[in-house]
This record gives sequence, C-alpha cells and structure tokens, in this order.
Amino acid sequence: MPSIQYGRPRGRITRATAARAALLTAFALLLVPAAGNARPAAIGGTQASCQLEVFSWWTGGGEAAGLAKLITIWNKNNASCQFKNETVAGGAGGNAKAVLQQRLSAHKPPDSFQGHAGAELRDYIKAKQVEPIDFIYKQYKFDKVMPKSLLSQITYNGHLYSVPVNIHRANILWYNPKVLKKAGITSVPKTWSQFIAALNKAKAADVIPLSMADQWTSDHLWETVMIATIGPARWAALWKPGADWSNAGVTLALNRFKTLLSYTNSDAASLTWQDAGKLVADGKAAFNIMGDWQDGYFSGAKAGDNLGLKPKVDYGWAPVPGTAGVYDWLSDSFTLAKGAPHRSAAVKWLAFLGSKRAQDTFNPVKGSIPARQDANPKLYGPYLKWALTQWKTNRLAGSFWHGVVAPNKWHADIDTALGLFLQTKDVKRFQSALVTAAKKDAR
Amino acid sequence: MRNVRRWGPGLLLVSPSIVLIAVFVYGLIVWNIKVSFSDWRTSVPSHKWAGLAAYRDLNSDPAWSQDLHHILLFTVTFIAGTLLVGLTLAFLLEKGVRGEGFFRSVYLFPMAVSFIAAGVVWRWLMNPAPGDRATGLNVVFDKLGVGFLANQWYLGLNWGMAAMAMPAIWALSGYIMALYLAGFRGVPEDLREAARMDGASEWRVYRHVVFPHLRPVTLSALVILGHISIKVFDLIVAIGGKQLVTQTPAVYMWILIYDAQDYAKGAAIATLLLVGISALIVPYLVYTVRAERRA
Repeated sequence: MPSIQYGRPRGRITRATAARAALLTAFALLLVPAAGNARPAAIGGTQASCQLEVFSWWTGGGEAAGLAKLITIWNKNNASCQFKNETVAGGAGGNAKAVLQQRLSAHKPPDSFQGHAGAELRDYIKAKQVEPIDFIYKQYKFDKVMPKSLLSQITYNGHLYSVPVNIHRANILWYNPKVLKKAGITSVPKTWSQFIAALNKAKAADVIPLSMADQWTSDHLWETVMIATIGPARWAALWKPGADWSNAGVTLALNRFKTLLSYTNSDAASLTWQDAGKLVADGKAAFNIMGDWQDGYFSGAKAGDNLGLKPKVDYGWAPVPGTAGVYDWLSDSFTLAKGAPHRSAAVKWLAFLGSKRAQDTFNPVKGSIPARQDANPKLYGPYLKWALTQWKTNRLAGSFWHGVVAPNKWHADIDTALGLFLQTKDVKRFQSALVTAAKKDAR
Repeated sequence: MRNVRRWGPGLLLVSPSIVLIAVFVYGLIVWNIKVSFSDWRTSVPSHKWAGLAAYRDLNSDPAWSQDLHHILLFTVTFIAGTLLVGLTLAFLLEKGVRGEGFFRSVYLFPMAVSFIAAGVVWRWLMNPAPGDRATGLNVVFDKLGVGFLANQWYLGLNWGMAAMAMPAIWALSGYIMALYLAGFRGVPEDLREAARMDGASEWRVYRHVVFPHLRPVTLSALVILGHISIKVFDLIVAIGGKQLVTQTPAVYMWILIYDAQDYAKGAAIATLLLVGISALIVPYLVYTVRAERRA
C-alpha cells in the first residue's frame, strides 16, 4: 500500500469542500424569497384595506376612456374601497379570458369580471365560478328598465348572472356616400337582390365591393347573412338542443354567404377590422359590414388613432340588407365572481353599473347604447341617437360571434368549420360541419 | 455509501434543480398525458378515463389535418432554407475575409430578435394587398420591374406556409452559419493540403474532404431546427393571428384550451407535439452518447 496518500486529505475541511458548501448555501438562499412570494397577496374580505378588483379587457380607445370615467365616480363615492383596475389588453378579450381562466382555476378570482352577456357566461356558470344576481335586479329594479326580451335571453336556468352595461349592434352596413355616387348606386340596398346589384355596380366601378378583414370578421358577416336569410325567430331556434341545421333555409343562407365572399378583397386575412373600415373611409371600398364600434372608429378623434370623419357626410350606415327592424345585439356585462375577495363591494359595483348615471356616463364615450331603456338621448352622437330609437322597437337577435347564443366550445367549432369553408368554399361540407357541431355542443 | 463524500455534495447541489424539473417538467408532462386521456372536454373539470377519445376526435378533425399540412410545409421549407443559407454564409466566410468578425455579428444578430418582433416586421413586408394598395415586398418587386413576382405570401392557399418560413429562415440562418463555420474550421488544414497535393481541385477538396466532416454538424442543426419548427407558435400568431389559413398545431392547441375549453383535446395535441419532438431528439441523444462512449 502506498505511503503517500493521493486525493483529498481526510478529516479536515478542505478549501474545496468549504467552497462547495458556500455555493450550496447560496443556492438554497436564492429559493427562500421565491417560496415567500408564493403566498397569495389578498387574504380575504376582512382585510383592512379594501380594493375592488375588476377584471376587463377595456384597455384602449373609447372603452378605456369610459371605464376611466366610471372609476372616477366610483372612487369618489367609495373612499373605503378603491378601484383596482385589472385589465388585460388584446382584441375582444381573447388574452383577458385566458388570464381570467388561470385565476379562476387557481381559486384567486377577482371581485367582478367582464364577459359578454349570454351563452359566453355559461361555461363560468357551469363551473360554478359566478354567482346568480337576481337579488341585485330586484333590489335596484333593473328588471323594470331593461327590455324583457334582453333579460330572457341572458337568463340561464331561471337565473341572471351578469349586469349588461352596454348594447352593441352587429348588423350594420357601413358605406361611403361618395363611392356610392361614383359607382351609380342610387339608394342604399335594403333587400338581397338590391345588395347584389349594388355590389356589381361597385365592382364595375373598380372599387372593392365589400371590404373584409381577418377570419373573425367573416364569422361576423356569416351571422348577419344567416339572420337576414332565415329571420330572428328561426335564428334563435337554431341554438336550442335538437335544432335542425340541415334545412333549406340554412343552405340558402350559406350560399348567399359564399356569394358575398366573392365580392371581398383577396388580402382580407391580413387586415384588422379597422383596416377594412378604413378602406371604405378612403374610398377604396363601397361597403363594410361590421358592428357599431365602427362608428367610434370613424367619428372618433384623430388624437385617439381614429379617423375623425363626419357622420352622414363622409360615411353612412344602414341595417344589413334583409335585417331592417332586427337588432343583432351583443352586450358587455359584469359578473359577481364566486369567492370574490370583497363581495359587498362587488355587489355595490354591479348595482352602480346598472344605474342610469353609470350607463349614461360610460356609453357616449364608449360608442354604444345603454342596456337600460331610459337613456338621455341628448348625450349621444348621431349614430347612437338612431340606435337608441331602434333599440326601443326592433326585434332582438342574439349575436353568435360576440357570445350571446353560443357557448365557448360550439363557438370554436363553428369558427373552425367556417375557417375551412373560407378555403374550400364547399357549402355542403360547411353545412354538415354545422350539423355535427350542433349535435355535439348544444346543451 | 463509502464514497458519499465524493458524490454527495455534487448531488446536494443539483438536487433542487432535479426536484424542480421532476415536478414542473416531468410531473406536468405526466399530468398533461393524463388529461389527454380523460373526459375533461368543458369548463367543468372531469378526470374520468376516456381512453383515446380525444385523439380519435383530433384524427377526424379536418382542422387538424390542415395544421399537419401547414407544419409539414413550414418545417421542410424552414429546414432546407436555413441549412442552405447558413451553409452558404459559412462557405463564404470560412476562408477568412477582412472584417469577418463584423459579418459574423451581422449575420448572427437576427437570432437575437424575438419571433414576435420579427413577425410584426415581416407581416408588413409580406403584405398581400394587390394592385395599387400593395406595400412591402410586392411594391418593391413592382418598382424593380419584376412585378410578376408579387404574390399573396403567407395567405397563398398552397404555399402560404412556405412564405411563413421566410422570417424564421432569416432569424436562424446566422446560427446555422456559426455552426457550419465551426465545422469548417474543424477540418484540419493539413488534410486539405494533402488533398491538394494529390491533385484535387478546390471543389473536390470541399466535396471529398470538408463536407463529410460537416455531417455531424448537419445532424445537430437538423435536430435543433426540427424541434423549433414543430412547435412554432409566436411567429404564426404575430403574422397570421388566430385564423385557420395559417394555423399550426401549437396555435390550434391554444385555441382549444383557451377558447373552446376542450382541455383533453388540447392536451392531446400537446402530447403529440412531445412525441413528435422526442422522435427527433431521443435517437440523436442516443447516437451522441454512443459516439462519446466510443471516443
């Protein structure tokens, strides 16, 4: 056995060991603050500092401005429970919904969150993530000032789960009067045949007949064509379990949709809805079918990235041909989250949202009309004044794309089927995909 | 146990990482596979066993076959393009030029740009607007007199995804160039000298001496590019958004989980992506470990 020992000397803490121990300790210490931060920030409603956590996707344009006004009023009247604005940017709430899902699954809900009134909330209701708020409606008499047809469409299993703040209309035909004049279109089309005639005239005048943007705007167009072809009563019936999507009315609507698509611009999938609207405003397109947030973009101040146009001079509007007297409605609404950390403040928030003051403060800025029927028309611009009169008398048809009639899975299945149709233009396959989706997803 | 003092401290040092990876990578992979075999198709959690239902649903989904076509076209174009461009750049630089450091950096910079930022710029470059509304590359072609080259880029029905690969090629060819440059430089100069002395032309020197040495580089480049391209997501979303015409499996998974709330089907896509990438990486790992053992 060799008398010289190679390697580490035994029985003493060498420099190497000390270095390793120090490194290990340093690494372990790094983990401690991470473990500390893992504790939830809000513990419960009994906290001394109350903060009303409201989750929405109102981060830009009129919506953010309207929300800011509501926050000012709230903070003035509720010094003890200030507003905590938890918004997530991203078109029509796509990103916000994803973030919200994570919070709800982690059982760390906000006090109140935004959602489109109607079937879009059904998944939250089924997962027991929202509370019924019939008591708020009764206490503050919202059921007396909001249209009964609206309330019946957002009631699920006999209960109401959200307070609608605004109403938007999806079935609006936007046009450029100068382009119509140039193309020889003498009157805004009211029927299907008039519409096709006008589109042909626009094509002959070398403008885009109907401007379109990326896929969801095709979904939007599809629902207006469906309502125009089969009418609001049969439209509502399609969304009930056991409905028949294979009938001739649907086939006719799908064929009309295919015809309209042939009049759209080839680069639609690369445009946003604002780009498509701008094509009409710039005189490069004759018509555009979009919800009435288009009015906010057209007439809003240039400082806010809007176009600053004059209503009825630089642009005009009419119901989508075939839908006069039908209000294809959608509504932004707020819910009462189950397990809300500050429940009483959340209830107060919902009561506030349904009040005349809140709705008449928010909506003129946002570019929509109140869900209440007692709005003060003097506060609203030209388009919205017209919309207010329409809201009083029109029959209601719930929007598909904007969450009134279809729950999430059905919504996604139809969108997928429509995406395939945009490529194949195969009406038979599209219709059978719609039939399959209805069978799978209607509940 | 006798040699604990030898491997003990090392194990202690890496044990937090091992625990974290075991839980947050492998634990969650197992949980994801479990969800893909479950009945959880709505917002209400459900952990009942449903076998291959989600996979069968995916298999019969026409959107899924679209996604597979898209990702195949994207992958082939991306890998072929990046290897070609990277090899060419390395070839140009390998004999040594003045300012080589500058060129190397310039070619490598695009890799530092996030796919989202690159996607936004390339979305503008690849604008498919026709005629007098054209912008981006289409208008450049027109001004240069090659207007017939103007096309629909990423919206093209058959070759759209090949156009989508262009920003990815731009971003990653510098990296492949660096790999190949190292590969070229790894060929001993005396081998080349010997070949030249035996009368080989410069091209034959490359073909018979240098390029065979680059095979391991090409293999690792293939694996790296392959796994990037199979799960490509941010580039697609930045350019094409959420629509079927540019959809890939990762984007469909995003739609299924957050929009449709069909968790089992989304988890099935995630599992299939994992299997696809493993099919690429595991044989490569086995090959490298064996090669190292032999060396």
